[in-house]
Amino acid sequence: MKTRIIIIVFIVFAVMHQDIWNWNDGHLVFGFIPVGLAYHAGYSLVAVVFWSLIVKFAWPTDLEKWAEGSDSD
Amino acid sequence: MTSILAQAASKPPAVATSSLVVLAFYLCLLLALALFSSRLFRGTAKDYFVASHSIGPFMLLMSVFGTTMTAFALVGSTGKTFQMGVGTYGLMASSSGLIHAACFFLIGIKVWSIAKRQGYVTQIQFFRARYESNGLGYILFPILVLLVVPYLLIGVIGSYRVIGPLTANKFPEVFAAYGGSIPSWLTGIIICGVVLTYIFAGGSRAAAWANTFQTLVFMVMGVVAFYLISEKLGGLAAASEQINPGHLVRTPSELTITGKAGTFIRELGVSPITFLTYMFIPLSVGMFPHLFQHWLTAKSAKSFRLTVIAHPLCIAIVWVPCVLIGLWATGVFAPNPSPAWSPAAKGVLGGLPDSSVGAVLSVTLKFLISNPIIVGLVTAGILAAIMSSLDSQFLCLGTMFTNDVVLHKVGHDHFSEKQTILIARGFVVGIVLVTYTLSLILEKQQNVFDLAIWAFSGFAALTSLVIAALYWKGSTKAGAYACVISVAATWLYFFIKSGGHEYTVGGVMPVAICFFVGLIAMISVSLFTKKPSEETIRKFFH
Repeated sequence: MKTRIIIIVFIVFAVMHQDIWNWNDGHLVFGFIPVGLAYHAGYSLVAVVFWSLIVKFAWPTDLEKWAEGSDSD
Repeated sequence: MTSILAQAASKPPAVATSSLVVLAFYLCLLLALALFSSRLFRGTAKDYFVASHSIGPFMLLMSVFGTTMTAFALVGSTGKTFQMGVGTYGLMASSSGLIHAACFFLIGIKVWSIAKRQGYVTQIQFFRARYESNGLGYILFPILVLLVVPYLLIGVIGSYRVIGPLTANKFPEVFAAYGGSIPSWLTGIIICGVVLTYIFAGGSRAAAWANTFQTLVFMVMGVVAFYLISEKLGGLAAASEQINPGHLVRTPSELTITGKAGTFIRELGVSPITFLTYMFIPLSVGMFPHLFQHWLTAKSAKSFRLTVIAHPLCIAIVWVPCVLIGLWATGVFAPNPSPAWSPAAKGVLGGLPDSSVGAVLSVTLKFLISNPIIVGLVTAGILAAIMSSLDSQFLCLGTMFTNDVVLHKVGHDHFSEKQTILIARGFVVGIVLVTYTLSLILEKQQNVFDLAIWAFSGFAALTSLVIAALYWKGSTKAGAYACVISVAATWLYFFIKSGGHEYTVGGVMPVAICFFVGLIAMISVSLFTKKPSEETIRKFFH
């Protein structure tokens, strides 16, 4: 279930990256940053939140334990 | 506003001896730090190659981020934005924030776990064991080396694009034949010499320390340059008001340019299909051999947490200012400037051919910033970004040659620890000489950004190999061969067809085609060939 949610959110992220609605929009957000840049800068910040949640809720703890062992384990 | 720009652009070059003193001081400081870190060097091959798996979260973030951001990030992003517009950030930076972090999470941690458990120090050792094939290593080795070399070249050529314009007319007597600027051959010797010195001193550990320091320097200096340039242009709003309108949108258009290089047409914007398929490029971090080596330096899997979370933020901190500077430069050095502007402003960059847009950042700095100390510091920041990638690439090539070719052939007990390190260093010197020679030959011909895209495309297309190795027990040795050979063949085909320049197939980036060719080859061949042994499956899947 958790994996499915992560995959769906990831696909939504990939789609949102295309932002075709900004393609021909040249206005300046806050008077200095082009909207095409402001959107993607915001996208980077949302990616930080996304990966924070992944690290918090989907961290591979079992893999960590396995790495510390050896083949004889 | 026009008067501010005209005044700024008509100023004499700001660089002074003090800029060079700052640069020299920075390089000395870097060497001192690396020599300090070499005192922590344990003298073993494992410490030289992977720092004995001792690097914590912060240094891992800085070294991984510093390694992925090269001339490509600072010099290339500003130049590419000046060339094609605002879409540059979305093309590479925001998609990288998402996909790089995904690669660290899905590939990096798993590779670290397996390598830690099995004692691998190179990517090829990993693939040889996973697919039970020595031959696969011998095929992968030249492919990986050939793909790293263009990546090295963009760093070295990037340094020429920075130092050359910055020191123009500064040494009219000593370097009269080079327009009074420090010649590329000397810049190359200094940059390669400094990097070689500190990786010789302490291997992976010295590279991690140097990368941490250099990453902090280039992040801070990027923000400083952004602030000072915006101030010089009358503030953020005033600076952005004069951006060429065609650069503010992603809709493709053409701009006729008349400048020093003659009259030509520059294509602005990007098509939606190119924008979409560009998203495959950041997959390259999944197969960078130098990044693989950095992953293995991690103390524990937990060390990756900060890297996964903060990587998109670090990208934004570096790229947003650089893209804005590139946009502002379109107004400062307009292709068809207003007659009211001073002659010095006209055609300085407007007529710059696409092969030279890498000089945009340093020329903008030179024309707008009058304080030579600041110019020196910001230039040090750019060189820091370049060197923080070069060191890891040099180091990883030496590591691969020693472990995957020499020791693999004669056995790990054949040489002492000291001799093993000596072999690695010898190969690095050979690669540096090849890179240095090629950089001087290609300097005038290649756009830094285009070269990088081809190197990244090759690595990105090979990512299907590592994904299958980690997540599909049924992927086979024959499937791995099919994947590598088909990717190499399709990549070579497109590279030759493009002449090494920007190229698409009906708008589709070649990397997307190469990736799917590799993936289909891997799946279709693996389905019908002999599966790996149970023992191998136990080693690689928990």
